[in-house]
Amino acid sequence: MSYELIGISVLWLFLFGYIIIASIDFGAGFFNAYSVLTNKQHIISKIIQRYLSPVWEVTNVFLVFFFVGIVGFFPSTAYYYGTILLVPASISIVLLAIRGAYYAFTTYGKLKSNFWTYLYGFSGLFIPASLSIVLTISEGGFIYIEDSRIILDYLALFTSPLTWSIVILSLTSVLYISAVFLTWYANMAQDKPATELMRRYALSWSLPAIITASGIIVELRLHNPVHFDRLLDLWWMFAISFVLFLITLLLIWLRKSYGIAFIVLVCQFLIAFFAYGISHYPFLLYPHLTITEGFTSEAMAIALIIAFIAGFCLLIPSLFLILKLFLFNKEYVQGRIK
Amino acid sequence: MDNEQAVLYSRILTELTLTFHIIYATIGVGVPLMIFLAQWLGIKKQDEHYILLARRWTRGYIITVAVGVVTGTAIGLQLNLLWPTFMEIAGNAIALPLFMETFAFFFEAIFLGIYLYTWDRFENQRKHMLLLIPVAIGASFSAIFITMVNSFMNTPQGFEFANGYMVNVNPILAMFNPAMPTKVAHVLATAYMTAAFVLASIGAYRILKGSNHIYHKKALLLTLKVGLIFSVAAAIIGDFAGKFLAAYQPEKLAAMEWHFETEEAASLTLFGILQNGDEVKYSIELPYALSILAHGNPNAEVIGLDQFPSENIPPLYIHYLFNIMVLVGMGVTVLGLVYLIGKFLRKKFIHSKFFLWLIVTSGPLCIIAIEAGWWLAEVGRQPWVLRGILRTEDAATTSNQVDLMLYLFIGLYLILGIASAIVLIRMFRSNPVERELADQKGGG
Ligand code: HDD
Ligand code: HEM
Ligand code: HEM
Repeated sequence: MSYELIGISVLWLFLFGYIIIASIDFGAGFFNAYSVLTNKQHIISKIIQRYLSPVWEVTNVFLVFFFVGIVGFFPSTAYYYGTILLVPASISIVLLAIRGAYYAFTTYGKLKSNFWTYLYGFSGLFIPASLSIVLTISEGGFIYIEDSRIILDYLALFTSPLTWSIVILSLTSVLYISAVFLTWYANMAQDKPATELMRRYALSWSLPAIITASGIIVELRLHNPVHFDRLLDLWWMFAISFVLFLITLLLIWLRKSYGIAFIVLVCQFLIAFFAYGISHYPFLLYPHLTITEGFTSEAMAIALIIAFIAGFCLLIPSLFLILKLFLFNKEYVQGRIK
Repeated sequence: MDNEQAVLYSRILTELTLTFHIIYATIGVGVPLMIFLAQWLGIKKQDEHYILLARRWTRGYIITVAVGVVTGTAIGLQLNLLWPTFMEIAGNAIALPLFMETFAFFFEAIFLGIYLYTWDRFENQRKHMLLLIPVAIGASFSAIFITMVNSFMNTPQGFEFANGYMVNVNPILAMFNPAMPTKVAHVLATAYMTAAFVLASIGAYRILKGSNHIYHKKALLLTLKVGLIFSVAAAIIGDFAGKFLAAYQPEKLAAMEWHFETEEAASLTLFGILQNGDEVKYSIELPYALSILAHGNPNAEVIGLDQFPSENIPPLYIHYLFNIMVLVGMGVTVLGLVYLIGKFLRKKFIHSKFFLWLIVTSGPLCIIAIEAGWWLAEVGRQPWVLRGILRTEDAATTSNQVDLMLYLFIGLYLILGIASAIVLIRMFRSNPVERELADQKGGG
């Protein structure tokens, strides 16, 4: 495997990690706010807080890891994406900052009011929407170069159906992933009403998630035929992903093995995400930038990969420890220890 | 917006974000060490006051961490958004420490999460305390790695520059550049020192507000001891930083010392104001001192600004920044020393109103020194982003919307700054030490 392939695979994996845990976080915030709105707060708030409190900072690091890594391995992305993303990325930063800070202020600083719960909950939906714009831009067609300046065509971007399908996909999957996870978590906590409520949310968001995902493929056919053809070559991956989707749905429907249901869901998204990534290869930005053109020097690539392996050896045991203490610790999950 | 304006607004936005982040980041680097010391003393002496100290500091710390994290994420992205050319070129040589920094964050984040939620989970308090070690290491290594990047900007090496690209890169050489040792050491020492004095300020303030509990006196003694140790270290390392500048960035040293003519046995200019470009008024001249500072020899030759083309000379106002930094450093060192001597001799004056107010000012002053120091280092590097290789004006984004983003972020930092201050104040006011100690006794 070439260095650039190793690099992009690792980064793609971390982006996937971010998407899953951030989805749980964003969705949880939304469900929390929604439950306050509908006076069902007593049912799920506790569950959500128990899960979120110890991990929120870790979520953020996944994102930092991804963007520092991509600029490290592919410095040219800084040039291309850096120039065009000024406005959309700045908006994402502001949303992330407000949400992160107010999470800490309310949880640790005891700043309690429904206003913040709403702000926190609903901003959590704008973040995936604004971040997903990057994926849309990477499909090409929204950028032109004028006197050697790179310019983003906002009008084209915001009137493209592709943009909006990706935005909606990001929202539906956030809610779906989060609901499935929280069903499992609530079940572990042996909290019957919460489990039932989250199960209902999971079921109702499953269909919109799968429909929007299929919608993207159709949109792509019009927008970027090259990419579309490459997607079709990988139809079998999407087929596996779809079967996994059905398995999750079935398990949840039958109220069986919520844990396995969630793991199957992660696999479903993983396979679809990698199928999408592979079909995007070798372009980082259609048609301007490929992973070979934008790659860093070989010495740096080797250094980064070594640093990555060393860092990973540190991280895995520590991640395992935090999971063991908070996610798989029955006493903690059920609220018997603080 | 033309390109010049894009550069201008990019600079302002970078300055703003960094200036804001560095407050929280410095506290984030230093405070875990203080928490560790307090908890360690508490366990060793079986003294619940120190344990409570550790607990209360941790509660405040988590708020500053939160703002540190979100503003740090902002800079990380902004460096790419505002300086795409810089990141593209420099990234080839200096991505390694930036990348390793994310592992340091990861490490810190994970163990901080565990530490916060396991105060009462371990039978053996020592085990809980051990969780702080990775937090402190993670925080300090973030500072070390990011400062390595910044050193590289001052003394880039470990590559060959051809046709606008960096080739034959040696990432290790780039990391261990000549500016690295003094910079990293000075940044770490000043972060520990600042955290200690900030916590001392809080303790002194509580005593002034009428809380006469022995708890606060213990806090003062601990923080001022640590503060004194690191302020002395900072001054010594700062002296080495000056010698480094003389050898590698003589234009920065000459500009910050207002040293216009190359000469032997150079004198050091303290204070003063500058008129008509190069007339120094109202200053104090210390004979030979600059030669000693720069080379450790009273007769050594010190390069002056006359050796550099005028377009390569940094703004001369950095002299004021340097003076502020050094004055604060000397001032708080003396303060810590007087307190400890007074304590040793059991003098009453160290708990007098006046002296306590002096201690209250030490924390904010240290923060001011941190800001002054960074502005000195960064402005002193101008007009270069990468000294000798890339000029700041050639590195900025060509985007047209930088001014709008500047207003957006001004709003964000206002909200975050005010809210974090309110939350911190409320946290400690609504839950005074006396009450918390009473609660603990009551079996809570
Ligand atoms: C509490 C903060 C504080 C205090 C009291 C001092 N410094 Fe400092 N100084 C810093 C905080 C700082 C800093 C914020 O950490 C800087 C900015 C960039 C850097 O590397 O460290 C810095 C930079 C810095 C530089 C520029 C290095 C460069 O640009 O490469 C010099 C020459 C000194 N310092 C020297 C001193 C001396 C001689 C001090 C004597 C007391 C001193 N500093 C006290
Ligand atoms: C790894 C660390 C750092 C990097 C990569 C970095 C990057 C940059 C860049 C690209 C600039 C160019 C913009 C300009 O010259 O106006 C700059 C300037 C500046 N930076 Fe840094 N910076 C770092 C650390 C810091 C820190 C911690 C501060 C603290 C507050 C800081 C404060 C400033 C200031 C004040 C300027 C403006 C100088 C001027 O405009 O004359 N920097 N920095
Ligand atoms: C251009 C310069 C800088 C960049 C790009 C940067 C980047 C970041 C990022 C991305 C984070 C958030 C990490 C997370 O998600 O946990 C962060 C936080 C942090 N930064 Fe910075 N940073 C810079 C300057 C500095 C400097 C100069 C220091 C120390 C002297 C520093 C110390 C820290 C610390 C300790 C944190 C963790 C937050 C805390 O514990 O309070 N940073 N920074």
